[in-house]
Amino acid sequence: MSEETNTPQEQPKGPIGRFLALPTDSVPKTVFVAVTLCLIASMIVSAAAVSLRPLQEINAQQDKQINILQVAGIYDPEADVIESFAAFEPHVLELSTGEFTDAFDPATFDDRAAADDPATSVALDDDPAGIVRQGEFVTVYLLRDDAGDLDKVILPIHGYGLWSTLYGFIALEENGNDIYGLQFYEHAETPGLGAEVDNPRWKALWNGKRLMDENGELQISVTKAVPAAGADYHIDALAGATLTTNGVNNLVRFWMGEAGFGPFLENLKAGEL
Amino acid sequence: MAQTRREMLIDPMVDNNPITLQVLGICSALAVTSSLKVALVMAIAVTTVTAFSSMFISMIRNHIPGSIRIIVQMVIIASLVILVDQMLKAYAFEISKTLSVFVGLIITNCIVMGRAEAFAMKNPPLDSFVDGIGNGLGYGLILMLVGIIRELFGSGSLLGYTILPTVNNGGWYVPNGLLLLPPSAFFIIGLLIWAFRTWKPEQVEEREFKIQTVDAH
Repeated sequence: MSEETNTPQEQPKGPIGRFLALPTDSVPKTVFVAVTLCLIASMIVSAAAVSLRPLQEINAQQDKQINILQVAGIYDPEADVIESFAAFEPHVLELSTGEFTDAFDPATFDDRAAADDPATSVALDDDPAGIVRQGEFVTVYLLRDDAGDLDKVILPIHGYGLWSTLYGFIALEENGNDIYGLQFYEHAETPGLGAEVDNPRWKALWNGKRLMDENGELQISVTKAVPAAGADYHIDALAGATLTTNGVNNLVRFWMGEAGFGPFLENLKAGEL
Repeated sequence: MAQTRREMLIDPMVDNNPITLQVLGICSALAVTSSLKVALVMAIAVTTVTAFSSMFISMIRNHIPGSIRIIVQMVIIASLVILVDQMLKAYAFEISKTLSVFVGLIITNCIVMGRAEAFAMKNPPLDSFVDGIGNGLGYGLILMLVGIIRELFGSGSLLGYTILPTVNNGGWYVPNGLLLLPPSAFFIIGLLIWAFRTWKPEQVEEREFKIQTVDAH
């Protein structure tokens, strides 16, 4: 710590020394102490903030990358995150057309900032996921196998649960219909109940489920009872967390539907990638 | 000061514990004790901040004008807290995510302010530093106890290692969900205060108001 500079010099020499020798409660001394202390404190704080920022940004970025690796099922805690993450092909997707755009650089595009910016987002009237504004562009990640064929797509999803907005990723197989996995990386649901969305056993239920039936109808649901469409389209609800479950159900159905990734999934099925 | 440094360090653990005797710093004790690891990091953070803020405040205590002394203390405490927060974000990102706002709220932790005002303003830097460490450890001790109880019975694990396999993960233990919610810490701290005061009856406060008995006329 470098706050020793807070200690005033002992000898009453020079202008500063004479100042310090003033009665402590006099107005000039009060102003002097307040200004000096604030200056020193702000210098220390800003020095720390600036010097540590690169490390912090790497941490935040790695955290997101680890989540993408995990949802794609290729996370290896031993391996270097940046190296493993290089396997992904990031693209900025225009939701309404379902096509990739070159207007933004996927390495620097910020989905959340774009969803807040009126120029790149729309306010939703029909808003089952409770997200208020939806960005027109999002970053998606493609994973190819060794032969260069599409293996998985990782799509960002978010929506409101009981207490908080859940942010996560869903990994789909190359046919754009089979779910590989789902993972939330940020939420504040009730510990032990809603927060069980993080439970590996529950997340494993998503593997192998299907989004749409043969007629292209969106059938996926997260509910207590198995719906008419059958168990292939159903994920069991979280016990004791009905509202979080409803939130997950709504947000997955919203993002996989027409207003979300619907057009993109159509393109994916048509084999355009 | 009649106290030796050793007493300054040991005294706040049980005899003058900031949480159970002075009932300070309760808010953060509720929020960060749902898992032991988080409680441990919080305890270290508070101990560091209390020790160093007391030391720096004590160094300039003869130059702090009485009229702005609380603000001066706050500036020093707040700067240290921001430093700790930035360090955690840079070097312990996972934990800083779970601690989130509570690191920032160390600024408002009454223990830090209490030691600055009650001790550091009147005592030399080294003594203040030791006093800060002692009080931080006293706070940490209670945090650990509460954290152990809450994590063990609330999620069946300690420091993330499974001790009691829970039903959700295919085990036999049905976790007590209440223990993961903040109110449970109130009950546990209340029971701890009761236990401490039964063990050391001199900690029981005298009643400020007694119900008066009036003789019949």
